[in-house]
Amino acid sequence: MSEYVFLYRGGETGRSPERIQQSMQKWMAWFKELGQNGHIKDQGQPLERTGKVVKGHQKTVTDGPFAEAKDIVGGYTLIEARDLEQAVELSKGCPILEVEGGVEVRPVMKLNM
Amino acid sequence: MTEPSEHLFRHEAGRIVSALTRIFGVHNLALAEDVVQDAFCRALEVWKFRGVPESPAAWLMTTAKNRALDVLRRERTARTFAPELGRWIESEWTLAPRVEELFAAPAIRDDLLRMMFSCCHPRLREEAQVALILNILCGFSVDEVGNAFVSSHAAIEKRISRAKKVLAASKKLFDVTAAAEFSARLPAVQRALYLLFNEGYHGASTESAVRGELCQEAMRLATLLLEHPLGATPATHALAALMCLDAARLPARVDAAGHLNSLLEQDRSQWDQELVVKGLRLLDLSATGSALTEYHVEAAIASIHARALSVEDTDWEIIVSLYDTLMAIRPSPVIALNRAIAIGERSGPQYGLEAIRAITNLNASPGIPSTSPRSASLSLRARSTKTRANTSWPPSRSPAIPWSAIFSNSA
Repeated sequence: MSEYVFLYRGGETGRSPERIQQSMQKWMAWFKELGQNGHIKDQGQPLERTGKVVKGHQKTVTDGPFAEAKDIVGGYTLIEARDLEQAVELSKGCPILEVEGGVEVRPVMKLNM
Repeated sequence: MTEPSEHLFRHEAGRIVSALTRIFGVHNLALAEDVVQDAFCRALEVWKFRGVPESPAAWLMTTAKNRALDVLRRERTARTFAPELGRWIESEWTLAPRVEELFAAPAIRDDLLRMMFSCCHPRLREEAQVALILNILCGFSVDEVGNAFVSSHAAIEKRISRAKKVLAASKKLFDVTAAAEFSARLPAVQRALYLLFNEGYHGASTESAVRGELCQEAMRLATLLLEHPLGATPATHALAALMCLDAARLPARVDAAGHLNSLLEQDRSQWDQELVVKGLRLLDLSATGSALTEYHVEAAIASIHARALSVEDTDWEIIVSLYDTLMAIRPSPVIALNRAIAIGERSGPQYGLEAIRAITNLNASPGIPSTSPRSASLSLRARSTKTRANTSWPPSRSPAIPWSAIFSNSA
């Protein structure tokens, strides 16, 4: 098994309370299924969409957001999968895809290779 | 992991927007809505990773309260807020405790009711009041309201945004502690809830789930009205009784293929007996005071149906008399049509058809009949093949309505 990070980008703004609740229930069902099939190494955390960026020798500090709303990372999960292909397959169940968001699937580098 | 209760977000949206609007002022309704949206998106982000908290409703309220505090701090010089905040807003020392106070349980208890009465502003047409209630109190988005009314997004958006302008211009929310004003506006509120219920029960939406939700929302809000000492009038009890007795029939209203079954065709074993019992009890409670409202009469009709084991077992004589009474209180083509059907059941199809033909200006009312005249005629014709034993027609005179029997259902 190898490890992959799912980065959730964009999604979810201006939706009705009922749709928000439905969306949350979908997320919880999705995580539950991933967990039951042994794919979740760490469910991860949600991230605030604002913050600071520190850059360069000067250590310049600027305010976030650092990208357009649709590109901002809103959270991450550490996934276990056989290979990249399977990880991608798993990401296709993510409810963020239904609300114009995306999942970035990134293999974690292995130390022993 | 716990699951949030059904429609939790929607119901809390109504409660929180109402509380925030009291604090921000009714002219800042849009700001209150933004804060709720924000709090809900936050809940979604956090809960999906960490699970639903122990008391989700309290979590949402607290998150909204914290957001509201941020807004008040940020905009205290740029905007005017509700007078309740007064000079407390000027200093951080007083602002936070004051906001805590305004969000305390006793303070927010009447918020939904206050908003409900505010939405029934006399300058708003009935359909605008209902749309506003659905949008603000029931948390339906513009699209969801449009879906319920089978109306376009643009038309509903226009209706709701106009209504909100009227609401904002009313300067302050309705004062539910002023007894005289409360009683004066109560009939409009009852009427709006009645129309909301009817939109679900008879409405145009083809999705039975949507219609069921509208009925449930109307019943939820009617219950709120019953919980308030000034709201729990005989008419409100009658209205709630009517809703329960009609809603009891909902499970039998749609057949397996999704077609509507008329009352005459329904499998009565599918009726919700719990709701029937509740409805009959509420009907009992409505039998005080001097006013006989249309809700009393409609609930009485529904109670006769609810207690009849079959179409044949139904006391159509009383039902026709009740429709006569209803025509006197609030005449409409829909009621005339239902009366004609009852006459057909009582005396035979040809009399029913005659009564239908006697109805003029059928299209004059904005109400949408669940049964069109044509299908009513057809249903009468279809039934005309049945033999009707012991029909004595014409009866010399309709017997007086045995009100005491109708309004004493404890047996």
